[in-house]
Amino acid sequence: MGERAQFPRRGGRVTDRLMIVAALAFMILFLLLPLLTVFAQAFAQGLSGYLTAILDPATLSAIRLTIIVAAVALVVNVVFGLAAAWCLARFRFPGRPLILTLLDLPFSVSPVVAGLMLVLLYGRQGWFGPWLEAHDIKIIFALPGMIMATIFVTLPFVARELIPLMEEQGAEEEEAALLLGASGWQMFARITLPKLRWGLLYGVLLSNARAMGEFGAVSVVSGNIMGLTDTMSLDVKALYDSYNIVGSFAVASLLALLALVTLVAKTVLERRFLFSSSATGEAA
Amino acid sequence: MLAPTADLALPRGRPARNILPGFGLSLGILLFGLGLVLLLPAAAMLGDALTLGPAGIRHLLATPRVLGAFKVSLGCAAAAAVTSAVFGLLIAWVLVRTQFPGRRLADAMVDLPFALPTSVAGIALSTLYAPHGWLGALLAPLGLRVSFTVLGVYVALTFVGLPFVVRSLQPVLQDLEAEQEEAAHMLGAGRFQTFARVIFPAILPALTAGFAMAFARGLGEYGSVIFISSNRPGVSEIVPLLIVNQLEEFDFAGAAAIGTVMLLLSFIFLLAILLLQRVARGRRNG
Amino acid sequence: MTGHVTIRNLSRSFGTFAALRDVSLEIPAGELVALLGPSGSGKTTLLRIIAGLDLPDAGQVLINGEDRIARHPRERGVGFVFQHYALFRHMTVGENIAFGLRVRPRGERPTRAEIRSRVATLLDLVQLGWLIDRYPSELSGGQRQRVALARALAIEPRLLLLDEPFGALDTKVRKELGAWLRDLHHGSAITSLLVTHDQEEALELADRIVLMAQGKVEQVGTPAELYTRPATPFVLEFLGEANRLPCRLGEGGAAVLAGTGDVLAHGLEPDHPLARSGADVTLYVRPHDLLLEPEHEGPVVITRVRMAGAFAKVEALMQGISLTALMPFHRLGASGLREGEHARLRVLHGTAFAAEGVEHPAALRFEARGVTVPA
Repeated sequence: MGERAQFPRRGGRVTDRLMIVAALAFMILFLLLPLLTVFAQAFAQGLSGYLTAILDPATLSAIRLTIIVAAVALVVNVVFGLAAAWCLARFRFPGRPLILTLLDLPFSVSPVVAGLMLVLLYGRQGWFGPWLEAHDIKIIFALPGMIMATIFVTLPFVARELIPLMEEQGAEEEEAALLLGASGWQMFARITLPKLRWGLLYGVLLSNARAMGEFGAVSVVSGNIMGLTDTMSLDVKALYDSYNIVGSFAVASLLALLALVTLVAKTVLERRFLFSSSATGEAA
Repeated sequence: MLAPTADLALPRGRPARNILPGFGLSLGILLFGLGLVLLLPAAAMLGDALTLGPAGIRHLLATPRVLGAFKVSLGCAAAAAVTSAVFGLLIAWVLVRTQFPGRRLADAMVDLPFALPTSVAGIALSTLYAPHGWLGALLAPLGLRVSFTVLGVYVALTFVGLPFVVRSLQPVLQDLEAEQEEAAHMLGAGRFQTFARVIFPAILPALTAGFAMAFARGLGEYGSVIFISSNRPGVSEIVPLLIVNQLEEFDFAGAAAIGTVMLLLSFIFLLAILLLQRVARGRRNG
Repeated sequence: MTGHVTIRNLSRSFGTFAALRDVSLEIPAGELVALLGPSGSGKTTLLRIIAGLDLPDAGQVLINGEDRIARHPRERGVGFVFQHYALFRHMTVGENIAFGLRVRPRGERPTRAEIRSRVATLLDLVQLGWLIDRYPSELSGGQRQRVALARALAIEPRLLLLDEPFGALDTKVRKELGAWLRDLHHGSAITSLLVTHDQEEALELADRIVLMAQGKVEQVGTPAELYTRPATPFVLEFLGEANRLPCRLGEGGAAVLAGTGDVLAHGLEPDHPLARSGADVTLYVRPHDLLLEPEHEGPVVITRVRMAGAFAKVEALMQGISLTALMPFHRLGASGLREGEHARLRVLHGTAFAAEGVEHPAALRFEARGVTVPA
């Protein structure tokens, strides 16, 4: 926390206490209670009810699908993120500010709009629709579409972590490596990547959490046919809509656990590489 | 987390010609990715929207249902953002400037709405505020009905927007120099005066940026809202839901038109946030 | 097989800022050359272009007669030492030094044993053998710089380039490392190019100095040459403090103090074009070449007497001109100089350039030697 103004405060202590209480009350009310509700409802029918819901084949298939989608999105995001960070952090060129702004767009666009855009392009009535049908490629209402929607919403995560990190680290070590005779790939593999490992891990962590939990975009793109094209997030809704409350919350509890694990890992990483980057100042 | 990286004005004295390799390849991948996932779909949506013609678009946007949806979305998002701003400031202040057991835990908790999938948050909030839910039962005697009303939308959006404000304010609060406050105090200002005249102006850009981020997020929020809302057109139907409904009715052009408006709003918000953050950063370093 | 470098008509601009303007230079093989100049002079830009880290807008860089601009830096056989070391933070000292050898293509790569032995030899050379398994973060600044040097030498470069290598270090460490670099160069005789803005460092270490300002080369020469025969007032004033005395050239090339008619010094080159024309010149005299002698009604007034390390610094005023004289501290008492008292001035040695604003063709300097005073 550093040195705070240490002047004597009359009644300051009391105000402080009041504020702490108010803040904590708000947080408990707004943040903690919903979280507890998830677990309370999931176990409303006891452990057996919980396990029945989790081990249901539809649920298991949803888990599998979620993992596949997230895994593919992860690989794509890492490759894209590294390329984007390298290009944008190490070089200056006309149009760079525009690209940087575009990179942030998926964050401020509604996930529904994201899904909509993909449907309008790759759907049957979309621009590429006829071409895709002719080649018997299904994107919308199928796995590729869900992957694409997930990629859309998670695209910036890795890049946004890496760009400030790379700018802060500077290119001197890479220049030194080149001068010592390394080829481009040698430089990238031996110097650039090792320096980025914590930032990369952090970006991957955030990206993955978002990928597994994405709802709106994937919902629009997948058409919601239960059992066939449902990720865990969608399964939550499907179960809830069909009044299988315990089932819905059971799946939700898994996602909530994932969120908690992500938060813990994120905090640990922040402390770890807080000393070597300022990325976390604006990250959340 | 909506902190843009766009670094619009930082000349480095570094030549554009560079001996670092890989420019072409990395730019290629970057543009390919952006194009395929972002630009082309956006173009498709824009194109479809334009098939309605400017008159058609205006007509559509003037429909009571569409207008209603925008009123709900904008109204609730604004109100929620204000609430997030107020309590976010309180929470950020408490986290940065006070000490209490479990502070680190509380700090980590702030990110919960961000890490939690929206549908999970949606059903949790819906159940919590339902007539027999923990909070719903408490509020019922007060005559407050949150579940299945537009109030529910407001509550959900507040939940979602909170982290943006807190995370936007924390670095700024942390970097505030103690000397300025001490100087104000030596000159006779009381605690509240110091806050109002010295601290608040310094954090205002960051606060506004956080507010804008919460607002933008609230505008486009879907999963957290649809469970707790009654989703009645004109009353509690948010714009994203409207779009989904239009898609289900195969009204592609209509959905595209509304989607384009949303995209434009997002872009405007993004630029505003960028600017505000630049100002906030400038104040921090100055 | 060390390199000799030829630079021809090199130009480089960044936007509207011209960092290098048509620079041409010859750097003989085996010498330790300092690129000296104030910031913005273009010395770092020049170094980076020679290294291959930057490309010029126009001009050529030839190493041993071969045009090197088209070649990638790794093919130039150049060793580079950065101001902030640029050591690979995630590698140990040993791994850092071995790097250049490990990334060589299969055919040229030495065996592991050879690499190990080379690393050991180099670490001994820089006297840091015991640090081989440490990480850069565990080393002091001076140690890091020595590792950076060893790393650059590992690839057996023909040319060694150092970009303000001691800039980030304390004064004391700087001097030690400077002397040590000098000795190292003696032993290895690799052509070395050192960028610095510290004229003392350049004067002490270099075989030859290239003084640059505003993208151009002001003068090239040995430290002695630059110090005693500066080509321009800029060179003279950059290398050390100097008093400026406005004079007119009189009979026989004597420098006559303006306003008093006192003859301060006699020219060494009576046939110099300037010497005949009765021109207005500025006579530059180094503080230790300026002699002040107490005189009751003399034109000089002593304003301050101070100790500056091993010297006594005497500040004075004459006709509105500030003067500084330096003498060994032990002579201060005998000199009889005291604050507030009057004195007259004698010049032991000086260099004159045409006064500003005076129109004159090309050559602008000649030397004056004053009256010799018995020690």
